[in-house]
Amino acid sequence: MKKVENNKAWLLVLPVFLLVAFSAVIPLMTVVNYSVQDIFDTTNRYFVGVEWFKEVLRDPRLHDSLIRQFTFSFFVLLIEIPLGISVALMMPKEGRWSALCLILLAIPLLIPWNVVGTIWQIFGRADIGLMGYYLNAIGIDYNYANNSADAWATVLLMDVWHWTSLIALLCYSGLRAIPDAYYQAARIDRASGWAIFRYIQLPKLQSVLLIGVLLRFMDSFMIYTEPFVLTGGGPGNSTTFLSQTLTTMAIGQFDLGRAGAFSLIYFLIILLVSWLLYTAMQHVEKGE
Amino acid sequence: MAEIHLRQLAHSYSANPQGHKDYAIREMDHVWEKGGAYALLGPSGCGKSTLLNIISGLVTPSEGQILFDGHEVNSLTPQQRNIAQVFQFPVIYDTMSVYDNLAFPLRNVGKTEAEISAKVKDIAYMLELEDVLKKKAKNLTADEKQKVSMGRGLVRDDVSAILFDEPLTVIDPHLKWKLRRKLKQIHEQFNITMVYVTHDQLEASTFADKIAVMYGGQVVQFGTPRELFEKPEHTFVGYFIGSPGMNFFEGSFQQNELYLEGQLISLDKEMKSKLAITPYNSLKLGIRPEFVEVLDANSPLLNKLNSNDNDAKTALLESCANCFKCEVLLVSDLGTYKIVTLKLGDTEFKARLPEEQTVPSGSVYVRFPGNWLKVYADEYLID
Repeated sequence: MKKVENNKAWLLVLPVFLLVAFSAVIPLMTVVNYSVQDIFDTTNRYFVGVEWFKEVLRDPRLHDSLIRQFTFSFFVLLIEIPLGISVALMMPKEGRWSALCLILLAIPLLIPWNVVGTIWQIFGRADIGLMGYYLNAIGIDYNYANNSADAWATVLLMDVWHWTSLIALLCYSGLRAIPDAYYQAARIDRASGWAIFRYIQLPKLQSVLLIGVLLRFMDSFMIYTEPFVLTGGGPGNSTTFLSQTLTTMAIGQFDLGRAGAFSLIYFLIILLVSWLLYTAMQHVEKGE
Repeated sequence: MAEIHLRQLAHSYSANPQGHKDYAIREMDHVWEKGGAYALLGPSGCGKSTLLNIISGLVTPSEGQILFDGHEVNSLTPQQRNIAQVFQFPVIYDTMSVYDNLAFPLRNVGKTEAEISAKVKDIAYMLELEDVLKKKAKNLTADEKQKVSMGRGLVRDDVSAILFDEPLTVIDPHLKWKLRRKLKQIHEQFNITMVYVTHDQLEASTFADKIAVMYGGQVVQFGTPRELFEKPEHTFVGYFIGSPGMNFFEGSFQQNELYLEGQLISLDKEMKSKLAITPYNSLKLGIRPEFVEVLDANSPLLNKLNSNDNDAKTALLESCANCFKCEVLLVSDLGTYKIVTLKLGDTEFKARLPEEQTVPSGSVYVRFPGNWLKVYADEYLID
């Protein structure tokens, strides 16, 4: 069949093009614009090329928070994915209990992020917080404001509490979509519980897990509000993640050129890691 | 391998069954003998699949017992019953290769790789899956997937029975016949008890030695394909088996005589005495289209006469036993035979005639041979 060229069709793409331009391309370009200039005031600005990029990449502060950020995202995925899958597997398949579970799981997802931070900030306090008070009462010296390990544990726990539901809900819907015939066939084939999980449930969950892993990676890599409210990045810099470093640089110090370069690098890292995760999981799915 | 005995078995999906309508399976007694090839034939929704799932253990019956070789297995899981079942739509393990799919049921019970490899290759050869053994199962065609599904049932040669739930639904017509032959061969080779559910009579009769016809949650007849054809024990069997199905007429039995559309039917004494003592609400007479004789000059009955003597001919036809004058409504020529639609009184019926026989339009005389005319009281055959 011969394709008919019709250039008027481009007009149909125009609305989308405009929308994307205003929502993504133009803001991104302003950042690119900042990143290649040194701006003193509205009249004194100098083109500096990739100087800011070079400087940012050599900045030990950035290195530290980058390492912290990767560690954080790594643990988030390591805990939340298996935990979310197990929760989904344990949920009742139907009836009022499953409805109740769904509602309970949805609650953390509905709470605003700064409220989540506040909840845990109070929850963990040794003087008035339920968790902090009782941990100390049973002899565990817990203080997230002083001890960086405690701070880390609390930030991680908070994220697990906040976001494991998302994975669980995704997996639950994935599990519900598996036809009964698969389970029946597995019973006929005398498959063990593990074999059913490994060869039926897990493969069928692959596509929802792909979405879950990507979402959780991107979100955890960009995390800002909750640790900011909970620990303010401390004690010291121990829970200062990339986004907070960036905010301090851009708004605190008004270092626009450096912050612009930092933003772009930050953006590229997320893009790259997401692409790597996506490709890796697609590869697994094809089973090559 | 096992003999499967269903004893006073009944099943209802509702917790408080009230009357027949609530039962998917109405109380039945049935025996599938060891090593037989059986078909379970019936229309959609008659309870075939439920019965199959009860045998395999996927469904627990609400009443009665299932016995394997005399031992009750009601509370045993499919794993413990050691039963293989092939479902209507292919179920394959996506992430595994075809080889691993076939090996899966054997690996689950800890067979050695050497045993597995030999068995899998055997079955792959039989099902012509050798070329795709290394392929990922998810990349197969629907046909191949179903063959893999079947293969997973067939690799287990120690099973009590293999159950097939309309396994050829998704298979191309030209392959269907071939696969059915394959199953039959495998049955002959291993002598495994096989139960094959289908709604296709041709499929049932090519596969099975004996067919159980199910209707409304009951097995209404269990017999060879020939028995089902020649002596349907229930009007449903007559109607469902054969193409076209059996013709039925309202009958009446008065003063020890049987009438069809007001005309006397000749009946032997034994039959008369049976009819006299059978209580019934409705009486039907059935005859297969294949056994309806449409009388023409070549018919043996008229052949004896001098063909030109029309009066004598009419007199003979009027007086002959079980002969009826009918109206011809339609003649369909199907290439190798003819189906004639006729009308007797208010009842339409069909006759199947050889291709070469000509049928006059208007009216014609037909004869219902007494031995092929069956009497049904409340849908069940009086025999």
